[in-house]
Amino acid sequence: MSQLPQPAQLTVCPACREPLDPADNYCGGCGADLSAPPAEGTARARRPHPGDGGAPPEHRPGLPAQSAHQAPPGTGRRCAACRSGMIDNDGYCEHCGHAQPRERDHMEHETAGVAAVSDRGLRHHRNEDAYAVSSTALPDGGTAVAAVVCDGVSSASRPDEASAAASAGALAAIEEALGRGVPPREATHQAILLAAGQVSALAGPGHQPREHSRYQQENAPACTIVSAVITGELLTIGWVGDSRAYWVPDDRGTQPARLTEDDSWAAQMVAAGLLSEDEAYADERAHAITGWLGADAYEVEPHTAAYHPDRPGVVVVCTDGLWNYAETAEQMAAVVPADARTHPLESARRLVEYALACGGHDNVTVAVLPFPARAEGAATA
Amino acid sequence: MSNLARPEVPRFTVDVYQNAYLPEGGREVNAIVTVSSTGGGAPAGTAPDAAVVIMVDCSGSMDYPPAKMRNARDATAAAVDALRDGVSFAVVAGTHQAREVYPGGGRLAVADATTRAQAKEALRKLSPGGGTAIGTWLRLADRLLSSSGRSIRHGILLTDGRNEHEEPQALRAALDSCAGRFSCDARGVGTDWEVKEVTGIASALLGTADIVADPAGLAADFTRMMEAAMGKEVADVALRLWTPMGAEVTFVKQVAPSMEELTSRRTEAGPRAGDYPTGAWGEESRDYHVCVRVPEAAVGQEMLAARASLVLPSPDGSAQVLAQGLIRAVWTDDLAASTTINPRVAHYTDQAELAQVIQQGLDLRKSGDMDGATAKLGRAVQLANSSGNEATARLLAKVVDVVDAATGTVRLKAKVTAEAEMTLETRSTKTVRVKK
Repeated sequence: MSQLPQPAQLTVCPACREPLDPADNYCGGCGADLSAPPAEGTARARRPHPGDGGAPPEHRPGLPAQSAHQAPPGTGRRCAACRSGMIDNDGYCEHCGHAQPRERDHMEHETAGVAAVSDRGLRHHRNEDAYAVSSTALPDGGTAVAAVVCDGVSSASRPDEASAAASAGALAAIEEALGRGVPPREATHQAILLAAGQVSALAGPGHQPREHSRYQQENAPACTIVSAVITGELLTIGWVGDSRAYWVPDDRGTQPARLTEDDSWAAQMVAAGLLSEDEAYADERAHAITGWLGADAYEVEPHTAAYHPDRPGVVVVCTDGLWNYAETAEQMAAVVPADARTHPLESARRLVEYALACGGHDNVTVAVLPFPARAEGAATA
Repeated sequence: MSNLARPEVPRFTVDVYQNAYLPEGGREVNAIVTVSSTGGGAPAGTAPDAAVVIMVDCSGSMDYPPAKMRNARDATAAAVDALRDGVSFAVVAGTHQAREVYPGGGRLAVADATTRAQAKEALRKLSPGGGTAIGTWLRLADRLLSSSGRSIRHGILLTDGRNEHEEPQALRAALDSCAGRFSCDARGVGTDWEVKEVTGIASALLGTADIVADPAGLAADFTRMMEAAMGKEVADVALRLWTPMGAEVTFVKQVAPSMEELTSRRTEAGPRAGDYPTGAWGEESRDYHVCVRVPEAAVGQEMLAARASLVLPSPDGSAQVLAQGLIRAVWTDDLAASTTINPRVAHYTDQAELAQVIQQGLDLRKSGDMDGATAKLGRAVQLANSSGNEATARLLAKVVDVVDAATGTVRLKAKVTAEAEMTLETRSTKTVRVKK
């Protein structure tokens, strides 16, 4: 059974993100030396280069796959862009001025029963998406696997902080409520409201759109949210905004499904029968969201839904950075690897790479949850 | 004469206001850098490490009207009274040559009750007679100030007439040799002096320029100037800009409290860094408009376009960084983000144009191009109105009849006093900050 059709390799230049060929020793875009080991915690390499003999990422299943430690500033790191200047205390090159890759540019995480990958994409200067995943033992002896994915609203201030706060806050709230025996759907509802409050709090007390709006209006931090919780036979989805969840069964002969309805202009147009789906998504306003978490939100109405899947498969929870390139359930099913249920982290990586290969116009975040949840390892997660 | 232990250096803060987003292919980065200094901690009553030389015009024209010389004497006395104890000072009488009035002998006096009384006594002997050669006054002031060993060196210069008794190049050369060695405020009294000469002196020597049309107002103005000088706590501060490889500084100007072009005053300060002089600082806040042209980068990239720091150079060549801010460039394909203009950048762009069109309008008016002058001054009225620069709007209203300020529709006044015209020209570079 072929699990990894591609050998482990760099797919894009760690410095300039130019797509690479497997045989490249130097980046065709910026000339970066690809055989040089990337600086720990900063390079965007998502896989070791075949030439440097590094261990493949598979050596650490079940553990956070991401190296989260940022090298302390001013320690003589060399610039990833020009390869000649040193990095200053603010994270810029002292020679060419280029910003250095940040921790959130590329993140990966795997815990028992769920994996997530997030990437800055190719066109945005920072990653404003965030995710949180966990696997928890329940008081009744069962296991709850949960993933929360958030997409910061770019037109607002500090969207990256909003998504980080919402994903972490909602996941903690879901875990806490499930631990108290709250039904998953109610736990999801409460968690989204709680996350909404945390994002609103980022705006600071007495937030109001700033004055001198002659040129620009400063919006409060805001983000979308989508969550998936698997408890036994039950799959619970919750969301606000246009981040999505899909059901992709192992047996591709059976019907995949989109599990969320966007709070977006396009979705509203389609729901109102004013435009066809194709027409609506072709419009430049398609992605204008009509629901979000943040101090500027009119009223947060969390959507929740519960499903009882009757066969094995995976739940794909993602931001529009992915689903822009695989909009329908059928398209999504076509790009989810066949072995996604047994290799969720690798599948999440493959989906992110698919989005980058399609242009990577937005931040991309994907969480993959096998169903039914894998029981093993839950206690140690 | 280095004084390394200077606990009285104020705390500086640097804030950067900009829209960092550039469109694909965009290269020009604009930012407003606000520098504020607070709480130097020099307790009231302690002597600033400062020296001041007052240069008083004693040319023959100061005799007409006779009150002018008397007012100048009174104003100088008021300035002497405003000297803090312990500050070094001297008074110079300026004609076609410079003469030490007090204390004399190429020295400075240290201010206390006795020396202040002696100085005022010496002022009685000031009498008009002779020509005007301002370059010689500045060179004498420079000799006196540099002999003082003080770190804050300041001049106050009063003139009532044109610099007729030396070639313009002589004044230019004197300014070039004095620049960076001391700062100087310049005042024109009456209406027989040349605006560009007085503003040129203040500009070159990082001081203020103003008109005192009525000699009776001199004493109050001199007191204010001296109090401002006494408030200075640290001298020779520079704005240092570091820019990355391949980037160039398009321009640097102070934009508040007044317009001052600094671009050409750069001195190199290490690899890809240059210093722009800002003079002495007390408790105050100034804004600088920095425009940098960076090398192109791909959408999604972020670059440090410039690092703006306030530095205090030491005699050994090193520099103490007082505060710094970052000017960034981020390339995006989001047009809404990249086409937004930062409100402060827009405001000061307007203020810069305001100063420019006033100068152009007055020049055209003098050369007889009334249509051209009307267009420029109309635009000035419009800008002063829209940006809330009320002081300048009032000065403009003395030169033109405003029909509609919003559209900039104006008529030139048939009769304009020399005072109104010179006041407008002298103060055209005064700016206001963004309205809250």
